[in-house]
Amino acid sequence: MKTRSPFTDLIAFFGALAIALAPYWRWLVFCLVLLIVLPLPFLVKNFFVFQLTLAMIYAIAILGLNLLTGFNGQFSLGHSAFYAIGAYTAAILMDQYGVAYYWTLPIAGIVCFGAGFLFGLPALRLEGIYLALATFALAVAMPQILKLSPIEHWTGGVQGIVIIKPNAPFGLPLNPDRWLYYFTLAVTLVLFLCAYNLVSSRTGRAMKAIRDNAIAANAMGINLSLYKSLTFGVSAFYTGVAGALGGIVVQFVAPDSFTFALSVALFVGLVVGGVGSIAGALFGAWFVLFVPNIAEHVSKGLAGAVYGIMLILLIYLMPSGLAGLVRLVVMRFAKAAR
Amino acid sequence: MELFLHQVLAGIATGGIYACMALAIVMIYQAIDHLNFAQGEMAMFSTFIAWQLIQWEVPYWAAFFMTLAISFAGGYLIERLIMRPIHNAPILSHVALFIALFAVINSLAGFIWEYQIKSFPTPFGTHSLLGEGLISGHDAGMVGVTVAMLVFLFLFFRYTRIGLAMRAAAANPESARLVGIRVEWMLALGWGMAASIGAIAGMLIAPVVFLEPNMMGSILLYGFAGAVVGGLTSPGGAVVGGVLVGVIENLAGTFIPYIGRELKLSIALALIVFVLTVKPSGLFGRSVVHRV
Repeated sequence: MKTRSPFTDLIAFFGALAIALAPYWRWLVFCLVLLIVLPLPFLVKNFFVFQLTLAMIYAIAILGLNLLTGFNGQFSLGHSAFYAIGAYTAAILMDQYGVAYYWTLPIAGIVCFGAGFLFGLPALRLEGIYLALATFALAVAMPQILKLSPIEHWTGGVQGIVIIKPNAPFGLPLNPDRWLYYFTLAVTLVLFLCAYNLVSSRTGRAMKAIRDNAIAANAMGINLSLYKSLTFGVSAFYTGVAGALGGIVVQFVAPDSFTFALSVALFVGLVVGGVGSIAGALFGAWFVLFVPNIAEHVSKGLAGAVYGIMLILLIYLMPSGLAGLVRLVVMRFAKAAR
Repeated sequence: MELFLHQVLAGIATGGIYACMALAIVMIYQAIDHLNFAQGEMAMFSTFIAWQLIQWEVPYWAAFFMTLAISFAGGYLIERLIMRPIHNAPILSHVALFIALFAVINSLAGFIWEYQIKSFPTPFGTHSLLGEGLISGHDAGMVGVTVAMLVFLFLFFRYTRIGLAMRAAAANPESARLVGIRVEWMLALGWGMAASIGAIAGMLIAPVVFLEPNMMGSILLYGFAGAVVGGLTSPGGAVVGGVLVGVIENLAGTFIPYIGRELKLSIALALIVFVLTVKPSGLFGRSVVHRV
């Protein structure tokens, strides 16, 4: 007769627990993440809090790009332009009209929605590489437009605009960095939840149908031009809100912070996190923000090369992003369990 | 009118640079069916190799052809070592890989040769041929070499077996494999050729913009623009497109008052977007028909 050691009992217990909790795993992961991120600002240095805030902001922007590319199949190398529009909207509203920082977010979002929708209309005729080029043109043109002398009065020209960092409201015992961290965290949670609901709704299914087969989707009665430009608008909305937050957190907007390099960073984040995965955007943001720093630590002179090699290795390791890898691992385990 | 003509000529001179780059871009697009974002950096690296050879007192033309050979080998190796392993990954991963290559090559060049601006010799001389300094000997030579390269490529793809095989491998890998074409070899060959053409472009451009690791940044942008305006399936179109971008950029800078000079690049790009919305496959490109 086999003797049952307490160890096998323990395994059996956890096995049963895992099976019982399996349907709620999303909520469990969510609570676990909250447990980690809520006390975090009090455990690390102020500068790191600032970087974490920035990572969340990038995650929102990458999520916006993901809605467009991952769920609707439209390329964009021009999201730095929408980020810039968002940041400048917030900065001008705060600097010139004294609008409170929290009101600038929805306004920036709506302005960007309009810009994205309008840009999406001519983009309807373009596909793949041609769309990539058109959006790329937008990204390259944006810093130049912002520097333009006729609108210098609002944009501050090359110098840009300096913003004052908001303090915590209601006399909360938080320094501005920590307050902005929680503020950004709240915005991030709301936006990610909205994105999650959007892609699992009827509209989301239409978006995905267009990505998978536009002709078939059209035959099923989906209005291609409406959905494609709407998706462009929503994507720009997300990126615009991220831009506004970014402007507030960095306390400074200038044309040369929003070059094509930003678009490339967002794109790398999208691929690394996983195209068509909402949670992947978080990992992507972490990668584009922290890996260049790590590369710089490894070697000052060859920072670019180290970054590039890390990116290459990551793509070898997980060709369809972190989300793809997780999906693969889960499938393997599910197979083994059966 | 005088001013207009001058500006057009000056535009053709800068357009020659873009045409060179656009040709290299279209070339690799034909061979591998992707736009290579690292193309400009590869060309820059090749140009540095040529510069190094010339520093070691190799004669110009010997250095020129040695660089072509080295670049060919380099392009071939990049395909074999880096692109091959993720052949089946989604297209977006390929683009990210190009971006990674861009970072690696740029940083390596800066590490080896440093960031000071270096001058690069020209075999065509810098005396001016037409008007006062409008078109120099080098500009004319650059356009001449680009056209010669174009003719060579046309003949190669049109009339040689290996050219045909390369086109087949890019257009339809499955069927090409079935008729006995070694698709992998063709892809690697395409990379090698594209690297060599890029090297020629780099060596022609370097005397004008000077040699440094970031020299290709804006040129690559214009090159892409030219290639897409002309049509990515047509090498001739790429050259015309490149020149056109140069001319439009120059004219917009001169004749549109007030904002023209500041928005030179933006206007050129806006025009491109306009061309694309009217004729999505570019001016000279074939429109690709998909089977449903």
